[in-house]
This record gives sequence, C-alpha cells and structure tokens, in this order.
Amino acid sequence: MNMENEVLEKAFQDKIDSGIIIEPKDWMPERYRKQLIRMMSQHAHSEVVGMLPEGNWITRAPSLKRKLILLAKVQDEAGHGLYIYSGTETLGVDRKDLIADLHSGKAKYSSIFNYPTLTWADMGSVGWLVDGAAIVNQTMLAKGSYGPYSRAMIRICKEENFHNKQGYEILATLMKGTKEQQAMAQESINRWWWPALMMFGPSDKDSPNSAELIKWKVKKQSNDELRQRFIDRSVPQAEAIGLTFPDPKLKFNEATGHYDHGEINWEEFYNVIKGNGPCNKQRLKARSDADENGRWVREAAEAYAKKNNA
Amino acid sequence: MENTKENTQWKLWEVFTQRKSGEPHEHAGSVHAPDKEMALQNARDVYSRRGEATTIWVVPSEQITSTSPEDSPSFFDPSEDKIYRHPQFYKIPKGVTID
Repeated sequence: MNMENEVLEKAFQDKIDSGIIIEPKDWMPERYRKQLIRMMSQHAHSEVVGMLPEGNWITRAPSLKRKLILLAKVQDEAGHGLYIYSGTETLGVDRKDLIADLHSGKAKYSSIFNYPTLTWADMGSVGWLVDGAAIVNQTMLAKGSYGPYSRAMIRICKEENFHNKQGYEILATLMKGTKEQQAMAQESINRWWWPALMMFGPSDKDSPNSAELIKWKVKKQSNDELRQRFIDRSVPQAEAIGLTFPDPKLKFNEATGHYDHGEINWEEFYNVIKGNGPCNKQRLKARSDADENGRWVREAAEAYAKKNNA
Repeated sequence: MENTKENTQWKLWEVFTQRKSGEPHEHAGSVHAPDKEMALQNARDVYSRRGEATTIWVVPSEQITSTSPEDSPSFFDPSEDKIYRHPQFYKIPKGVTID
C-alpha cells in the first residue's frame, strides 16, 4: 500500500469512527466497495429469489383475503430487491451484471430460500420466522455506514413488519383451528426453525468477514448476537400461540437473561450454500427463465421508446 | 449508455418523491425504464406502494451534475468566513427584541 492510500484509509476510518455516513462519491477503500457490492447484491438477490417460495402459494391461498395479502407481500419483496439493486448500482456496478452473476451461480443468495414451501402453514412460518430473522438483521444494517444501503434498509424495515405480522397471524389462526390445522402449523415450524437460525450466518468464530465489516460499521453486531436476539424474541411469541421449537436444549438461562439453545447443524448450512439444498437448481432455473422470457418485453419497450423519441 | 447490447435492463433514472403537498421533493432511489412514462410507473410501484408519494419526479441519471467530494472544501469555502451573514454577528442594545 502506498503512502497516499494509507493517509486516505486513515481518514476514511476516522470518518467511520466518528459516525459520518459514507456516500457514493466519497473516497472509500477498494475492499470496502467490494465487500458492499458482495453483501448488497447478495441481499438483493435474496429478496428476488425469496419471491419464489411464496409465489408458489398465491394460486392456492385459502381465501381471497389471504391471496391479496400474499400478492402484496410478494410484490414488496420485488420492491425490496429493486431498492437494494438501486443502492448497489451507486457503487459503480450495473444491475444486469449483478443479475448475470446470480444466474451463473457466482453470486449467492440467502440459503433459506432453497427450502421448499410444502404446506399453507409454511406461508406463516416464512412470514413470521424468515421475515422476523430478516428484520433483526436489517434493523442492524439500517444503522450501517453506507448511506444508500442504510436508507434502503430503513424503507424495507417498515414494510417487513407487515410481513412478519401476517405470517404470525396465519399460524395463530391455524393454532385456533382443528387438530389437523394445529399439527400442520407445528410441522411447518419444525422444518423452518433451524434454517431460520442459520440465516444469521456462521458462528462468530467461523465468520471470516465479520471483523472487517464491524470495523467499517457495515455491520454493527455479530452473527451470534443477532441470532440470540432473534431467539429471545421468538420463544415467547411461539409460546403465546402454543407452538414449540424443535430444540430440546432451548431453555431460558436466568444467569445470562437469554435462551440457551442446541447446536446448529452447520454441515447442512454449508451443504445448502454449496448448491445441494432441496431447491437450489429449481430456484436458479426459475430466475434465469424469468429473465430470458422477459427479454422480448424489455426489447419491445425499448424499441417503442426509441421510435417515440425519433 | 447504449442499451441495445445483448441483455437490456433499460437506462437508469433517479427518483424524487414528495410525501405531501407543501413538502420538498426528496431523493428516493433509482429505477430502470426505457422511457419517462414507464420510469414514472416503475417509480410509483417501487417507491410508493403505501401512499409515500403524492408527486414523483424522474430524471435520467446521466443528466444529473453534482459536486464532487474532493472539490467540496474549496467549492463551498467562500461561505465559511462570512460570519456577518448570520444574525448572531450583530449586537443590539439590551432589552430590545428584534426578530
């Protein structure tokens, strides 16, 4: 590293330390830019791929009201993807290149969306647990050091609260229903609880990017801290409607004031990341097909715009 | 800027929204769109699904000129040393109210 860069990096870190928000045109270390592009595009991809497991139930929602809600929620996820792509583009990258990286498998997205949504109760579990975990993560990211990212997060957090509550309401309604409906809700939670905990990423001791991201205030809390907050807020919510989490070691610890929990199956986590989850191939294919099938629409709209401007 | 290459994602527009009449327009983010009509429609769908806007402006991103952070100190410098532009600069007799 040359002298000039060293001075710039020092000034950059001083800005971060004194709580100044970084804006697109400000000088930033190349690595800060790269890390943000990686994180933000991964996040945007997750929103967009996240439309698929829920889109799966739109035609089979049990009532018109639930169908309208689900449509609105899936549309929100598209919006969230677009806010974050828009933020990522301020770092000097093109959305179409980010999307190409998703389709080629070079870019990742949250592995939670590689699990299938098998029953209607899964719409409850996804809204309550998956969006609930996302809220815990995004509330932290909303205070991050990069302006366009934190602004997108503030917008998203407001909307996620509806997602979270509608999911919980689905489960609460099922738990007041017949024995079969209650069993369906519990079975769904049994499948989603552990993958939801994995959403916060590897344990701190195995998370190579964390220290750097925390130093730059892109993240303000560690994976394990966020996971713990999610567990602590979820347990009483589950108890209130008679659901239990599939973890015999889950127990309130008087000394720490937090819930202790069992070991997460990290082998499963890494396996899904590597592409071997139940739906990885299906999800990527759905996205590439959508891109490919929409191509003529984009071309036609552009031809029309050109003709009108001629 | 030419988008006719293999996979078009349309050109970029900056979006400004006004929450309600009487308030200033604020930058909300950006959208991709082939023309101004679709830019407005996309901006509405992306940035105002819950009545966040009553008016929307869209501007092709390439049309925006902005100051750059490197030049900012000298660019904004002339206003730094003119303390007489602030009311605190002036002394008036005790007991008199001027506002």
